[in-house]
Amino acid sequence: MRLAIAAGLALATLSAAAYAAEADKPKSESWSFDGVFGRYDRAQLQRGLKVYTTVCASCHGLRQVHYRNLVEVGLTPSEAKAVAAQKEVDEIADDGQIKKRKADLKDRFVSPFPNVQAAAAANNNKAPPDLSLIVKARENGANYLYSLLTGYGAPPADWKEDGKPKKLDTGQHYNKYFPGHVIAMSPPLTADTSVEYPKDGPKPTVEQMAKDVTAFLAWAAEPSMEDRKRTGIKVMLFLLIFVGVFFVIYRRVWKDVH
Amino acid sequence: MAMQPAPQPRWMRWVDSRLPIFGSMAHFNAYPTPKNLNYWWTFGSFAAITLVVMLVTGIVLAMHYTPHVDHAFDSIERIMRDVNHGWLLRYVHANGAAMFFLVVYIHIFRGLYYGSYKAPRELVWWFGIIILLCMMATAFMGYVLPWGQMSYWAAKVITNLFSAIPLVGEGITTWLWGGFAVDNPTLNRFFSLHYLLPFVIVGLVVMHIWSFHAVGNGNPLGIDVKSPKDTLPFHPYYTVKDVFCIGIFLLVFAAFVFFAPNFMGHPDNYIPADSLVTPAHIVPEWYFLPFYAILRATPDILFINAKLAGVIAMFGSILLLFLLPWLDNSKVRSANYRPAYRVAFWLFVIDCIVLGFCGAAAPEGIWLDISRIATAWYFFHFLILVPIIARTERPKPLPFSISEPVVKTAARA
Ligand code: HEC
Ligand code: HEM
Repeated sequence: MRLAIAAGLALATLSAAAYAAEADKPKSESWSFDGVFGRYDRAQLQRGLKVYTTVCASCHGLRQVHYRNLVEVGLTPSEAKAVAAQKEVDEIADDGQIKKRKADLKDRFVSPFPNVQAAAAANNNKAPPDLSLIVKARENGANYLYSLLTGYGAPPADWKEDGKPKKLDTGQHYNKYFPGHVIAMSPPLTADTSVEYPKDGPKPTVEQMAKDVTAFLAWAAEPSMEDRKRTGIKVMLFLLIFVGVFFVIYRRVWKDVH
Repeated sequence: MAMQPAPQPRWMRWVDSRLPIFGSMAHFNAYPTPKNLNYWWTFGSFAAITLVVMLVTGIVLAMHYTPHVDHAFDSIERIMRDVNHGWLLRYVHANGAAMFFLVVYIHIFRGLYYGSYKAPRELVWWFGIIILLCMMATAFMGYVLPWGQMSYWAAKVITNLFSAIPLVGEGITTWLWGGFAVDNPTLNRFFSLHYLLPFVIVGLVVMHIWSFHAVGNGNPLGIDVKSPKDTLPFHPYYTVKDVFCIGIFLLVFAAFVFFAPNFMGHPDNYIPADSLVTPAHIVPEWYFLPFYAILRATPDILFINAKLAGVIAMFGSILLLFLLPWLDNSKVRSANYRPAYRVAFWLFVIDCIVLGFCGAAAPEGIWLDISRIATAWYFFHFLILVPIIARTERPKPLPFSISEPVVKTAARA
């Protein structure tokens, strides 16, 4: 038995090593939504929403989220409506013609491109992925995303591939945390990025914006997280009591059995 | 010793004289069960509970799921976001599948250790293996339904295996797909079968339980029940014990569902299926990893190419279990009294864990070598080691009866 566990552990380390792609291990941040009692920080989500709408939304969709969901990050319905109204959607009018109308609470977040082909064509043949589930669609999602957004830089001087020196082509960027290090997304958050932050909060530094937008996208990927954990604690407490009661009954019933 | 059933109300007697349904239930309750069953014998009830949970959550999920390549992924997200407690249904169902395999694997290893497959329980064992095969088919097809990247590529890789069959392989694959690629017809039939098979499993479980009720449970000592002193009525003794243990099982289950619901899943399955982008590592869920390792471990063998050999080895690794009652013809059931078999058993457990890690790693370099050795060991264990041990080992002396050793330890205490 002990042998089995030891062998298992040894193999676990080995296979983890075998799996590491050519990307740095993401930084390890602490998040308000970590852990059993984790909650989203509403102020942070709202700042993150701002970063998303001002910066990322020009390339990335968020189609699993509806504008009505924004009340869950603490917006009032009219504020949420205002966010929606910045975009337009197609509608079939009574005369059968397609016409534009302002997006509303009932609509999904409007994607910047009509289809993947258009998205790729506008971005060096790499379509920017929809971000609704990005935090769940990557290993160690939140940490990875934060690291990616803050991981741009110049390639190392001795950068090589298959022994040959390697250079970036146009439209390519070096990022420590992206698998293969070469990413088609230009650094979205830089010192020049201007996102309007509330006066009484943190300054919109690159790190701060990266953190906030990551938190927002974590919420977008898993809006039911708080409900889940809250329910989970109740369920665990119930089960503990249940187990306790039945342990006593079990012992009672069995006490005369030898 | 069996408790007399309480006198029944009139309406029950009315029904019973026409269809003896309550009478049979009373029989079930009084069913004499060996009194020395340990906790490893509770995993069968965990499996039964999990099966019920899977059926209930599955049926409700099916009310909201759309089996179409253009809508499946979105319908799952709708369940997660907009359906009342949809996230709960889905996480229970997804983690439930993993818990089901965990529990059933432990249940099977229990059987291997205590020789539960030996006479007169060969049919119990056979029904168990058929259940396992059905569970695998069900889980595989269920995993395809969300139509994420891993869903799609798993469907593609696994259905492609059939093309390894000589002559008819290509035809079979096209027939399975319902076209020339994994596409909407494939998804539709997978949904249909995923709904059907669990009910087949229910039927098989009935046969499984019926067949050990007919001959009685085994027990950790592996000796037959000699007298009523060796047994207890199932109710209340084993009902309370099982309910207590199910509570503990549910604690573990709930911990995953509520606090680490995606721990056992693969992140790539949150990316919608894309036939043009192959994921960096196509890996199945953890419970298939040992079989996946066997599939990819085989080299070309004589005139059989590596792919076909892999398919044969993978299916063979399970079908082999049907023969186990004859491969191991030792009269002693419990490994507690079989020193050599016990060592072989633990080596086999390690081997399966090693195969699991091999299945997760890319089949190259040292991992390929390890998976070849582990695969060879898997077959060596069943085909050579176990039969030799069964025929040469000198078992330790068996206790006279179930009540005897238990009474002795109690007296000492
Ligand atoms: C100018 C367009 C553009 C903007 C603005 C932009 N991105 Fe991207 N993004 C891309 C492109 C193109 C890719 C695809 C990169 C690739 O595959 O090489 C991408 C990829 C990504 C990825 C996926 C990385 C991976 O692991 O595959 C994430 C996450 C991401 N962007 C987040 C963001 C966030 C957050 C913002 C806003 C702060 C943002 N992007 C702003 C164009 C953009
Ligand atoms: C749906 C899945 C299954 C359910 C619900 C189930 C249920 C049960 C139950 C309730 C028992 C009696 C309690 C116990 O011994 O643990 C049992 C016994 C047994 N099961 Fe299963 N089982 C399942 C799958 C399997 C599989 C896959 C195998 C083996 C391949 C298997 C092999 C056995 C054997 C050999 C016994 C008799 C053990 C004994 O009483 O000595 N079962 N099963």
